[in-house]
Amino acid sequence: MIHSLFLINSSGDIFLEKHWKSVVSRSVCDYFFEAQERATEAENVPPVIPTPHHYLLSVYRHKIFFVAVIQTEVPPLFVIEFLHRVVDTFQVTNVGTSFLLDSCPVIDAIIDKSGSTITAEIQGVIDACVKLTGMPDLTLSFMNPRLLDDVSFHPCVRFKRWESERILSFIPPDGNFRLLSYHVSAQNLVAIPVYVKHNISFRDSSSLGRFEITVGPKQTMGKTIEGVIVTSQMPKGVLNMSLTPSQGTHTFDPVTKMLSWDVGKINPQKLPSLKGTMSLQAGASKPDENPTINLQFKIQQLAISGLKVNRLDMYGEKYKPFKGIKYMTKAGKFQVRT
Amino acid sequence: MSSNSFAYNEQSGGGEATELGQEATSTISPSGAFGLFSSDLKKNEDLKQMLESTKDSAKLDAMKRIVGMIAKGKNASELFPAVVKNVASKNIEIKKLVYVYLVRYAEEQQDLALLSISTFQRALKDPNQLIRASALRVLSSIRVPIIVPIMMLAIKEASADLSPYVRKNAAHAIQKLYSLDPEQKEMLIEVIEKLLKDKSTLVAGSVVMAFEEVCPDRIDLIHKNYRKLCNLLVDVEEWGQVVIIHMLTRYARTQFVSPWKEDDGLEDNEKNFYESDDEQKEKTDQRKKPYTMDPDHRLLIRNTKPLLQSRNAAVVMAVAQLYWHISPKSEVGIISKSLVRLLRSNREVQYIVLQNIATMSIQRKGMFEPYLKSFYVRSTDPTMIKTLKLEILTNLANEANISTLLREFQTYVKSQDKQFAAATIQTIGRCATNISEVTDTCLNGLVCLLSNRDEIVVAESVVVIKKLLQMQPAQHGEIIKHMAKLLDSITVPVARASILWLIGENCERVPKIAPDVLRKMAKSFTSEDDLVKLQILNLGAKLYLTNSRQTKLLTQYILNLGKYDQNYDIRDRTRFIRQLIVPNEKSGALSKYAKKIFLAQKPAPLLESPFKVDRDHFQLGTLSHTLNTKATGYLELSNWPEVAPDPSVRNVEVIELAKEWTPAGKAKKENPAKKFYSESEEEEDSSDSSSDSESESGSASGEQDEGDSSDDSSEESSSEHGSDSESASEVGDKRTAKRNSKSKGKSDSEDGEKENEKSKTSDSSSADSSSEEESSSDSESESESESESESRKVTKEKEKKKTKQDRNPLTKDVSLLDLDDFNPVSTPVALPTPALSPSLIADLEGLNLSTSSSVISVNTPVFVPVKTHVLLHRMSGRGLAAHYFFPRQPCIFGDKMVSVQITLNNTTDRKIENIHIGGKKLPMGMQMHVFNPIESLEPEGSITVSMGIDFCDSTQTASFQLCTKDDCFNVNIQPPVGELLLPVAMSEKDFKKEQGMLTGMNETSTVIIAAPQNFTPSVILQKVVNVANVGVVPSGQDNIHRFAAKTVHSGSLMLVTVELKEGSTAQLIINTERTVIGSVLLRELKPVLSQG
Repeated sequence: MIHSLFLINSSGDIFLEKHWKSVVSRSVCDYFFEAQERATEAENVPPVIPTPHHYLLSVYRHKIFFVAVIQTEVPPLFVIEFLHRVVDTFQVTNVGTSFLLDSCPVIDAIIDKSGSTITAEIQGVIDACVKLTGMPDLTLSFMNPRLLDDVSFHPCVRFKRWESERILSFIPPDGNFRLLSYHVSAQNLVAIPVYVKHNISFRDSSSLGRFEITVGPKQTMGKTIEGVIVTSQMPKGVLNMSLTPSQGTHTFDPVTKMLSWDVGKINPQKLPSLKGTMSLQAGASKPDENPTINLQFKIQQLAISGLKVNRLDMYGEKYKPFKGIKYMTKAGKFQVRT
Repeated sequence: MSSNSFAYNEQSGGGEATELGQEATSTISPSGAFGLFSSDLKKNEDLKQMLESTKDSAKLDAMKRIVGMIAKGKNASELFPAVVKNVASKNIEIKKLVYVYLVRYAEEQQDLALLSISTFQRALKDPNQLIRASALRVLSSIRVPIIVPIMMLAIKEASADLSPYVRKNAAHAIQKLYSLDPEQKEMLIEVIEKLLKDKSTLVAGSVVMAFEEVCPDRIDLIHKNYRKLCNLLVDVEEWGQVVIIHMLTRYARTQFVSPWKEDDGLEDNEKNFYESDDEQKEKTDQRKKPYTMDPDHRLLIRNTKPLLQSRNAAVVMAVAQLYWHISPKSEVGIISKSLVRLLRSNREVQYIVLQNIATMSIQRKGMFEPYLKSFYVRSTDPTMIKTLKLEILTNLANEANISTLLREFQTYVKSQDKQFAAATIQTIGRCATNISEVTDTCLNGLVCLLSNRDEIVVAESVVVIKKLLQMQPAQHGEIIKHMAKLLDSITVPVARASILWLIGENCERVPKIAPDVLRKMAKSFTSEDDLVKLQILNLGAKLYLTNSRQTKLLTQYILNLGKYDQNYDIRDRTRFIRQLIVPNEKSGALSKYAKKIFLAQKPAPLLESPFKVDRDHFQLGTLSHTLNTKATGYLELSNWPEVAPDPSVRNVEVIELAKEWTPAGKAKKENPAKKFYSESEEEEDSSDSSSDSESESGSASGEQDEGDSSDDSSEESSSEHGSDSESASEVGDKRTAKRNSKSKGKSDSEDGEKENEKSKTSDSSSADSSSEEESSSDSESESESESESESRKVTKEKEKKKTKQDRNPLTKDVSLLDLDDFNPVSTPVALPTPALSPSLIADLEGLNLSTSSSVISVNTPVFVPVKTHVLLHRMSGRGLAAHYFFPRQPCIFGDKMVSVQITLNNTTDRKIENIHIGGKKLPMGMQMHVFNPIESLEPEGSITVSMGIDFCDSTQTASFQLCTKDDCFNVNIQPPVGELLLPVAMSEKDFKKEQGMLTGMNETSTVIIAAPQNFTPSVILQKVVNVANVGVVPSGQDNIHRFAAKTVHSGSLMLVTVELKEGSTAQLIINTERTVIGSVLLRELKPVLSQG
């Protein structure tokens, strides 16, 4: 299927090549470079590029393009998924007696100008780090499996068992792997854990704009919000920003116009804020759209999906494993339109 | 060297010696002298030295560096001789790297590469399977045409290897050899055919991959393996799944008739378009026949469904396209959720999935409408993702959601990504044309955008407005005036051209403005873009024709400018227009119609999706679909056949299976002589029947075999059991005589017979693989759970005492075995067939007996069509309908329970919520394991749940309440007596033994009278298993049929015998301790067997 593979770094060097059938000249990558040039940004490079004799299918991970060369019809996802898997499988395995789960519900949301939710959904993954000797057979049950609207499993999970009893029964592979990814049904209202107050204004006449945002906790069940990072792509007309944060550090890149504010923890008594002015290009008219604010955050010990593991049992091996589960809610694609 | 020169020194004069010495130094030193220019060479020199070293570590280092060079694309070919020497290295690490090197450079250095071949040939015979496999892998990767015969031989041998891993590699090697030398095709197909029969999940994916590459058109090779592949699918590795699913999709489209109804398929319409009326009529006539889906078709659809939950996006997409292309339209809906899930993956995956959703959403909006918000665009999405999402949103737009969508679009229009904003404007235009309610709103919104500061936005709006206005030209004078003003400011050529065209087209509605616009344009003509110039010419022409008084001179001026333009298109157009509109002596009749020509009513453009164009005729999920051009090697998905090809081609012969079942190893050891004898007999038989394919001979010789070897068996049994001997041999003799006379008659009726045979096997055959699987899975899970069950036995007692809530762990025990894991509901299951040569059976059974004391082992049930019973009629259930049937499988909830499957249908137009079982009214001792409450059932939805009922071996009714959120309905399940049984596998000998113990009171019998055609073996078998869940006992006599079962609750044996007598009568005997059930069963069987 895959004829050859080229790895290309961000400066456009082919630093690794591998051929499974006959050798394909690396000049085939010229077509890729052309496409890369056309797509101003790396992520806009089309994943499928036809050339006269080959097809180039690529994925972009860790600032590296993995370009597969193929010659005949093939399901494109086959190649793409495979390349991603190649990138994923640089892992270490181990022997021991521990079974650790990371349950990470991820909240995706689009919040509109006025603070109301346009769309919000919760999906999540349960990652496992297994160091168990032998062939343990595990069953894992949830307190409330009905919350799960859509699931996909690691191939080790016995699907029939899930269908009939809503129990995960499996013999785990060693090392780190993704046991389950799920989506929580949309009927359940999603509690949005943070809010952003914003006042961003440009004026036509003046070459100065005002910028002020405040981040605060909303529905967190008393848990602390940490690791908050606010990023925003400012309009082209913004030349520079002079801002003062009440906490954390901020940067503004005048070339890419990317504003980034590493807030850290949110203290509910003293809400973090970032205030200041933007200097705009003189004479230029004000931008149509206020920038969108992207939010990243983590909340330890909170399972915002409501999905909780009931119990985990091990059969087939005599020893008692060390079991543990960590819950952590994360923001996925969390955007606030302003 | 020095010693050498010294030797010379002694022999001959010193002058020569110095010369030689010089030569010697010059050969040594160049690396030093020219080091500047050939540092690579020097490096390679030390690599060579390292490779010559005796230390493995040095060699390994060298090889690592060399492979590093290869990876970086540097040329390491000159090291070939040094590297190839190490091919026989004992160090596995070095060996691996040498292999990597060889694979890369063998093609360039063919002669030297040949030196390594013998090493691989040796390795192919290595006892370690991993080494055999890797040798084959490397051998097949060495692209040296001269070794093609060696490769071919190696592949053939590997395809018969005992290790499935090696066979898998053989399948991989097929593809490589084929790409090296396509002329080997025929030979390779033979190997593929052989490997397709392989039962290992490891091999299945790889061989199908080879099939797809080498001979995708040889669909005939798939027939026999179709059911096996369907059943193996869940357990094949994920990459193999993708390939198999794609292949089976194509297969299904050639072998089954369309499950789509006439009016709901777009493709159907396409078809009709090309057909004459007559043909169509014929077709509709045909269609009127009720459609029933081929069970094989259903099998594929059902077995792929769990894979929608795969973590592998390619698998999910493959299943999705399978459903899209081959499942009934009503079932396609289930794929949407899984596809939407994939949207949370990487951008590349999103891109492909969104493309496919875009195509699907054009044809079937409803599928993705519930997920509308999943397609909302985020500012961080890459542009290509944004555009695709927008496309889907447009497809999903309808009257109900358009207002929400337009609000969302407003945000997009303001986006900083202007390309995306422009795409949004086009989208708004499309929504405006598709949904007439919002046309005006959209138009007004677009007009507002005309005052946008961004030129791209304005330009795009102009273009879209132009198209919209063209559709409804009346009463939009204001907008046109507004746009005319824009001409002063806007510079984008397309927009300017659009405005000019619009004014020209509507010049009579804006009589004052139009000439003025022309005046301005005349001024700027020379500096305009070509596109705009052409439209200026058009505008001039149109005005000249409608308002020549004001514009005659202006137009002539413009025509003069156009005449000398640099662009020939414009000069050409100018000349053409002048001839057409300006009357002169040469202009003919045409100029009279100039006005009609220029101001003709023009059809409004269709604002269509760029995806609509042709893309949907490619199979979804393919590269061709993504690129919207036919990729090399794309295989067209054929249209459904009008009439289904013969489904019996998929039947698998029983004989093959029977061989599988025999624990041959044991038999061989115990009495090799007998085995040898019976084998040779078989051979003779098959050579007699002399059919061309193995499979044919199987079925043909089956009958003969049965006859011949059953004689043996009766003889044997007579020798073994003295007491039975006389009667048995007598019967045997009689029977042979009978058979001889029969065989003459048989040849006449052979065809009919064969068909019977076929239908029988078709019922049972798809089970072949599944049952095997089951057995294998059983053995696996047994080993898993052995230790567990030990520890659990203790806890079981405790757990039993706990309350009902805690019941789940208890049931776990049983279902850990995954009994129904690979055995989908109502899959036909193999019968221990009569074709299995009875002599062998007798042998084996004897052996079995000695090892295991228990005769009763649960057998897999014989397949019968599922009989459903009404549990709750939809009228009495206020729209909730329920049916139940007995899947005839061991119940997972408890070993004394009968498993019952209930299918619930919602026939109302609203959701039915919280379906559960309420109060139970059960007779003493009866127990019931209820299904988990069903949260909600969509309108038209249907769900099948399973429960277990312990009927205590009685036909008493289980009454309980089936409740919904609002209502409760009293329902009953009364089991037919035949469903209280589980089939038992048993030998003839054991049967007789057990029967001997169950005589007297425990025996009931009756005489049946029926026509002879009802007493053929297959008919009797079919009738008995239809009524009761019993297992077939292989019988050495044609006239006696035996069936064995045990009751589910108490495990008492139930032995059924049908003995054919002279003159269309038969004796039906039932032996059991449970006399009540026995007599009920007798009463039920009697009418069935005597029925015509």
